[in-house]
Amino acid sequence: MSSQDEFEDQPWLDPDAVPFISIRGVTKKFGDFVAVDSVDLDIYQGELFCLLGGSGCGKTTLLRMLAGFETPSSGSIFIDGVEMSNVPPYERPVNMMFQSYALFPHMNVEKNVAYGLKRDGVPKEEINLRVAEMLSMVELTDFSQRKPHQLSGGQRQRVALARALIKRPKVLLLDEPLAALDKRLREQTQFELMNIQEKLGVTFVVVTHDQEEAMTLSTRIAVMDAGEFEQIGSPTEIYEYPDSRMVADFIGSINMFEGRVTQNSSDHISVSGSEEDIEFFVDYGMSIKDGNKVWVAVRPEKMRLSKEPPTAKKANQIKGMVQDIGYLGDISIYRIKLASDRVIDVTVPNQIRPKDGKHVAYWEDEVYLDWDAASAIVLTR
Amino acid sequence: MKQITTLDRMKAPVMARNWASELMGFLQTQWKAVVVFVPFFWLLVFFLAPFFIILKISLAESLIASPPFSPLFEWAEDGVMSIRIIFDNYSYLWEDELYLNTYLSSLKISTISTVICLLLGYPMAYAIVRSPPTTKNILLMMVILPFWTSFLLRVYAWMGLLADQGLVNDFLIWAGFIETPVRLMYSHFAVYVGIVYTYVPFMILPLYANMEKLDMELHEAAADLGSKPTTTFFTITLPLTWPGIVAGSLLVFIPATGEFVIPDLLGGGNVLMIGRVLFNEFHANHDWPVASAVAIALLILLVVPMMLYQRVQAKETESD
Ligand SMILES: Nc1ncnc2c1ncn2[C@@H]1O[C@H](COP(=O)(O)OP(=O)(O)OP(=O)(O)O)[C@@H](O)[C@H]1O
Ligand SMILES: [Mg+2]
Repeated sequence: MSSQDEFEDQPWLDPDAVPFISIRGVTKKFGDFVAVDSVDLDIYQGELFCLLGGSGCGKTTLLRMLAGFETPSSGSIFIDGVEMSNVPPYERPVNMMFQSYALFPHMNVEKNVAYGLKRDGVPKEEINLRVAEMLSMVELTDFSQRKPHQLSGGQRQRVALARALIKRPKVLLLDEPLAALDKRLREQTQFELMNIQEKLGVTFVVVTHDQEEAMTLSTRIAVMDAGEFEQIGSPTEIYEYPDSRMVADFIGSINMFEGRVTQNSSDHISVSGSEEDIEFFVDYGMSIKDGNKVWVAVRPEKMRLSKEPPTAKKANQIKGMVQDIGYLGDISIYRIKLASDRVIDVTVPNQIRPKDGKHVAYWEDEVYLDWDAASAIVLTR
Repeated sequence: MKQITTLDRMKAPVMARNWASELMGFLQTQWKAVVVFVPFFWLLVFFLAPFFIILKISLAESLIASPPFSPLFEWAEDGVMSIRIIFDNYSYLWEDELYLNTYLSSLKISTISTVICLLLGYPMAYAIVRSPPTTKNILLMMVILPFWTSFLLRVYAWMGLLADQGLVNDFLIWAGFIETPVRLMYSHFAVYVGIVYTYVPFMILPLYANMEKLDMELHEAAADLGSKPTTTFFTITLPLTWPGIVAGSLLVFIPATGEFVIPDLLGGGNVLMIGRVLFNEFHANHDWPVASAVAIALLILLVVPMMLYQRVQAKETESD
C-alpha cells in the first residue's frame, strides 16, 4: 500500500500532503473587538470542511477573509500555494454563497445564475446550457424568469447556491447553505453537495449552526468559540473524543461528572466523582497527576439502563430514579434523577415495540445505570 | 313655535355629538381616502385651477383693457352663450423664430446642466453613503446648508465672484494665470455655473436616498463572481440606482428649463432662456395671452416626454 492510498480519505494525516488552503496565524479585529483570534488551519483538496460554532463566534468573518472581503489584521492566507493578501476578490479561485444570499434584485433567476459565467466570457450557448442544468439540479427550472422578490426563502437560497456553484470554483465557501430548506430538500441538497464535491473535486468550506448537518456532510469539523478553534477533527473524533467540555457539550448531548483522579497508569485512569458516588474507570491513559480535578463525560446512548442491580462490578455505575420519559419513536430518552439531585439523560433504542405503552422502566422506578470502560471520556478543560 | 325651539335645543347637542362621532368613524374607516384626498384637493385648487386660468388666457386675444385679454365666454343679447377660442397665440409662437430658438436653447442649457449635476452629484452621493455615520450627517448637512440663505442672495454672491473685478478674476491674476480680467459674467458659462450650483443638491438628495438602500453585499457578490469594479458598476450599481438618477434628473431638469433669475442675473441679454421671454411678455409687452401660451407650451414640452417615459417604465415592470 502506497502512502497515497493510505491517506486518500484523510489527507490531513499524510505528513507529505500539501494543503490547498492554508491559514497562518490569522487575526481579525473590528476596532478593539477580536472576531477571529490568530487561527491556524490547513484544508486539503477535495475536503468538505465544516466550521461549526455558536452565533457570533467568527465563522462568517473567517469565510469573508478567505473570499477577500475582509483583510486580516495579521497573519496570511494561502490558496493553492498563492499568498492572497494582494489578490482582489474577483481574481480569487473561490466562490461564496452568502448567508443573506445577496441575490441581484434587478435580475431574474436565470440572469443571477448566469452572472458569473458572463463575466468569464463563456459563449452564450454554453451559458444557457449550464444554467439550465444547474436550475434543474436545484429544482428551479419553472422559476427561471422570476425576480428574487417573487421567490420564497428556500427558493432564494437555492438560487444563491446555484449561482455560487455554476463557475465550478476550486473552493466553494458556503455560509449556512441549507438553513432555510425543508427537511426533504435539505437532505437532497446535502447529498447533491457531496455528489458535486466528489465529481468536481471542489474543496468546500461550509459554515453551519447545525451539528447534525456538520456530522453528515463533512470530512472534518472545526468547532469555533469566541474567534478560536476549540478542536479540529473528523466527525467521529469530535463526537467520540472531544477534548474540551465546550466541544463535548456543543456536539450532541452529554452527561458530565466532576471528579478527582485517584489512580492513573499508562493504560487506565480511575476517577472518583466529587458530587456523585461513582467510581469511574476509563480504559486509556493520560498524563495527569493524582488528585487533579477532571471531568468525566458519558454520552446518553452509551449508558445502559436496567431495573436489576448489576452484578459484582463496582466501577462505572450509579443508581437513580426515573423522572421523565420522552418517546421519540426510534429511541426513548429517560431523565434520571441521581441521589445528588442532578438529572442526567439516558437514551434507549426501541428495538421492540413497547407493548401497550410498556417501557423498560416507569416514572418513579428505581433504576441502575452502567457503562463500559471504553465509553467514558476524561476532560481536563 | 316655542315648543319647536325647545325641541331643537334638546336635539342640537345630540346631533352635534352624532356628527362628531360619525366624522370620527368616517376617518377611522376611510383614512386612506382622506390621506389621499387632502393633498389631492390641494393640488386641484393650487395647481389645476391656475393651470386652467392660464390655459384660458392663452386662448384669448390681447386687449388694452383690464384684464388685458378678451373673455372666453360671452353672453350674446339673445341669451346665447358664445365661446371664442383663438389659437393665434400658439401659431405665433411657432412662426416667430425667437420662441422656437429660446425653447431649444432652454432645453439645451437645462440638459447640459442636468448632465453636469449628475456627473458631480453621483460620486458625491456615493461618497456620502459610504462614509461613516458621523461624517455622513455632517456631509448631508453641508449639502442642505445653502438652502438656509436666500436663493437670490446666493445668485448675487455669484455675480460678485464672477465679476470682472471679482474674486475669481482677482485670484487668477494673483496666481499669474492671466494678466487682464476675463469676461465671466453675462455668458453661458456663468449661467451653467449658477444652475449647477443651485440645483446640484436636488440631484444629490434623491440619489443619496436611493443609494442608502443599496446593499453593499451585492457588490461583494458580484466581485466574488469575477466582476471587476467597473463591470460591477455598470451591471449592478447603475441599474439599481437608476430610479434615483431619474428622480434627481427630473428635479434638476424641470425647474432649470423654466429658470428665470439665473439667466436674467448671470446671463444678461446673452443667454436665451424661456423664463426670461415669459417675463418680458408679461411685464414689458403686457401681452398676457402670448405669455400664457409660452407657459402652456413649456408645460407640454416637459410633461409629454415624462408621460412617455412613465409609460415605458410601467410596461417594463409589467413584463418582468
Ligand atoms: N463589520 C464588523 N464590524 C464590527 N464587528 C463585526 C463586523 N462583522 C462582524 N463583527 C462581529 O464579529 C463577530 C463575529 O461575527 P461573524 O459574522 O463572523 O459571526 P458568525 O460566527 O458568522 O455568527 P452567525 O452564526 O450568527 O452568522 C460578531 O460578534 C460580530 O458582531
Ligand atoms: Mg455568520
